[in-house]
Amino acid sequence: MAEYAVELRNVWKRFPGPGGEVVTAVKNVSLQIYDGEFFALLGPSGCGKTTSLRMIAGFELPSEGEIFIHGRPMGKTPPYQRPVNTVFQSYALFPHMTIGENVAFGLQMKGVDKKEITRRVAEALEMVRLSGYEKRKPKQLSGGQQQRVALARALVNRPEVLLLDEPLGALDLKLRKEMQLELKRLQREVGITFIFVTHDQEEALTMSDRIAVMEGGVALQVGTANDIYEHPNCRFVADFIGETNFLDGKVAEVDTDKARIELPGGVSLWAHTPQRVVVGQAVTVTVRPEKMHIRPNATDINQVTGYVTDIVYIGTDTHYGVVLIGGQTIRVREQNYAADSRLLAREGEEVCVRFSIEAARVLTE
Amino acid sequence: MSAKKQSPWLTLVSILVYFFLYAPIIVLIVFSFNASRTNVVFEGVVNQGPCGPFYWYCELFRNRSVMDATRNTLIIAFTSTVVSTIIGTMAALALQRYDFFGKKVSETALYFPIVTPEIVMGIGILVFFSAVFGWINTALALAPSQRLTMGLGTVIVSHIAFSIPFVTLVVRARLHGFDDRLEEAAMDLGANEFTTFRKVTLPLIAPGVLAGAMLAFTLSLDDFIITFFTTGPGATTLPIYVYGLLRRIVTPELNALSTIWVLVVLIVVAISQWFQRRE
Amino acid sequence: MIQHIRENRRLQGFLLILPAMFVMVMLLVIPLTLTVITSFGQRDADGNVIYTFTLENYWRLMGFTEQGWDDLYLRILLRSLWLAVQTTVIVILMAYPLAYFIARSPEKRRNFLLFLVLVPLWTNFVIRIYAWVMILRSQGVLNSTLGAIAGLLNVPFQPLDLYPSQTAVLIGMVYEFLPFMILPIYTSLEKIEPSLYEAAADLYANAFRTFWRVTVPLSMPGIVAGTILTFIPVIGTFVVSDILGGRQVILVGNLVQRQFLDARNPPFGAAASIILLVMTLVLTLYYTRRFGLGEEIAAG
Ligand SMILES: Nc1ncnc2c1ncn2[C@@H]1O[C@H](COP(=O)(O)OP(=O)(O)OP(=O)(O)O)[C@@H](O)[C@H]1O
Ligand SMILES: [Mg+2]
Repeated sequence: MAEYAVELRNVWKRFPGPGGEVVTAVKNVSLQIYDGEFFALLGPSGCGKTTSLRMIAGFELPSEGEIFIHGRPMGKTPPYQRPVNTVFQSYALFPHMTIGENVAFGLQMKGVDKKEITRRVAEALEMVRLSGYEKRKPKQLSGGQQQRVALARALVNRPEVLLLDEPLGALDLKLRKEMQLELKRLQREVGITFIFVTHDQEEALTMSDRIAVMEGGVALQVGTANDIYEHPNCRFVADFIGETNFLDGKVAEVDTDKARIELPGGVSLWAHTPQRVVVGQAVTVTVRPEKMHIRPNATDINQVTGYVTDIVYIGTDTHYGVVLIGGQTIRVREQNYAADSRLLAREGEEVCVRFSIEAARVLTE
Repeated sequence: MSAKKQSPWLTLVSILVYFFLYAPIIVLIVFSFNASRTNVVFEGVVNQGPCGPFYWYCELFRNRSVMDATRNTLIIAFTSTVVSTIIGTMAALALQRYDFFGKKVSETALYFPIVTPEIVMGIGILVFFSAVFGWINTALALAPSQRLTMGLGTVIVSHIAFSIPFVTLVVRARLHGFDDRLEEAAMDLGANEFTTFRKVTLPLIAPGVLAGAMLAFTLSLDDFIITFFTTGPGATTLPIYVYGLLRRIVTPELNALSTIWVLVVLIVVAISQWFQRRE
Repeated sequence: MIQHIRENRRLQGFLLILPAMFVMVMLLVIPLTLTVITSFGQRDADGNVIYTFTLENYWRLMGFTEQGWDDLYLRILLRSLWLAVQTTVIVILMAYPLAYFIARSPEKRRNFLLFLVLVPLWTNFVIRIYAWVMILRSQGVLNSTLGAIAGLLNVPFQPLDLYPSQTAVLIGMVYEFLPFMILPIYTSLEKIEPSLYEAAADLYANAFRTFWRVTVPLSMPGIVAGTILTFIPVIGTFVVSDILGGRQVILVGNLVQRQFLDARNPPFGAAASIILLVMTLVLTLYYTRRFGLGEEIAAG
């Protein structure tokens, strides 16, 4: 028994570009996706998410590398012989068929007998809460309903893996939130591996068991939402997921898993070093705004001084913009958890910003 | 549709269909250089007179009837295209953008000529003009030389009539999906109705209008049946002239004419393509 | 006045449609009405129309004559219909693969391939048919080519006797109307979202089943439009049969034409023309009801 539902091994994809040059959409990507997992491919527009998904589905063949589904190498297997189904970005519902016919299509192609088809179509539509819509045409449904039909049409075939390419992209915010929960519920119910493409980091964080962050055709980091947020392995990932501060400086002193970094203006701070660094190396330190405090706090070792430039009060939190002595700006987020929270500083006031060693991470790339 | 590898069978069938489309054209061109006048068997390349292999081309330009017919055909095509494009575009705008009394009826009326066999329309117009002209001629007791007869005028008017529905159809297709908000935006930015039409609406529907005009022009150039019933003395068009020739003996002049025709069209299209590329 | 037009959109629409409607009334409604009136008339000895009300012309078309039953005209009607059906079917069978081929070609090449379909249309209708005379006649291009091939292979060759004949008429009709089928089918094929093919493949349909379940149904509007653009002209033309059929192949179009110009019997010709019109309208209506409206007529 193969341990992975889907595995990409050193997969490359190159396209001929418009001017005869080569566009490399996917560069040496290796991924292992576990059975029953909700896996997200996350990245900005044009980073190669769709291309990766299409290679798993079989619409594109890798230029190099191999894709395995439950341990079976896919090679040049055409899409209609792969045990996966796709929910398309624009849904791709057949406009000339009714909802019922759309959902039944895959089963008919597999030669499932009529009675069974009727039963399973009804079941699938019930699962996406669209019972009674069998006779309608796709045009007569709302965007969200069409989206659910696309889902039913794929799930009714009981694929080993379901591929979803930004399936919620066309929906408005409220519906999107609803469908996120709905999808998550469905995935738990059917227990099928979902591979989900999105460029919305919040969506990826809410829904997935694990996330692969892609950029420029490369899979930068793979891990759980918590992993990626708390332990980003590069500047791009730290920046793309959530909000963060970057402080550029030089390594001044190295300890086992931490180092003292000197910032311009003579300020220095201690930060956690996941990778080995050497004295004198130029590095970036990342600190999440919510892990920094203006409030006095006895345990934090790092203390930097600066002036408050702006204050944004948003109810749950207050955001302070602070310019440090060396000229770098940071943002600090203070939670207003007290019963009667007041501002902790005024604009122009000198403040001392504190944070722990663990909150500061040294990034080498 | 995306470009995928084509199956070799499909490619083969397509080449055969293209061959079928071009075989007659090739035959026409080859025989325009025939040494024999009869156009039946190819007896080698003609080499006669000052024009040598282009003997039939020179003959053609000396043939007054052909030149007259060409001129008539072009006059008819140009005039009817301009008029039918304007009227047809107006109708398309009306049907697609406005609500008015008699809209449904107008819509049906404009569909009707498309599904009416040409011969029925031709006969109808013939009956109509002979009745009207007969009536006017007797009512005014016109002398034979002043009598109204079929001619260029009747042909042009008929061509306008059968082209309008096609222009309307093509322009409507273009207007379909036209965003009304664009016009509202223009007006919001201070353009009046006329400026809005000139600066926003017209440029957006221009490709449709152009396509409609092209269609009208082609239909007119190629029309035989309606012209046949509405033409008269002095209004012989090329198709009518050629049809008349077929009953007698056809010489390779006719082939020379078609060859020039195809070449001119190819050049015109090539130039227009080149201009479009440059833009 | 101007202000009034500016504010009244209904009036604007009405003014825009007015010229078109004027032309349609003058050159369609009135002429057709006159044709109907004429078809109830009689002719005098000189071929002038006497306006009365008699159904005689229609009875004669149905086969009732003073000399008894004669299905001459009915046979002409049926022959025209049958020829139109044959032409349409053959044209669809030839046009579809080519349209499909063009639609699946790289985008940059498509316009050129379509252009190639249009070029023959730019020569003249009558000349194109004449070219087929040159090809098909007994000493023509086809027979001499086949003869030469037979000579090379040393097999006996009997020249084909194709011109004039019904087959020649069919070939000519197919040739004339092929482009009018290719264009609308191409247009509807090109409109199909590529993701629909992928969806079909994703749902286990192979190329063959995708074609029948997705491609063909979605290109139906193109086929319908092409059929209307082919069937109607074929059933009403007299030129192709005149030139390629000699005097042997008489269609409704030839009948109408001859009644007006040779036999000088306009009332009878008018009746035949009205029958032709009714037949076409009924068939078109039935056909579009059955298969949906051909929105792609525009493409032709
Ligand atoms: N068929 C193709 N031919 C040429 N280049 C392509 C093709 N498909 C994708 N590309 C290129 O590959 C790169 C990755 O494209 P892809 O569609 O995978 O991006 P994506 O991450 O899905 O982006 P988005 O979020 O915008 O959908 C892009 O630069 C794109 O232009
Ligand atoms: Mg994408």
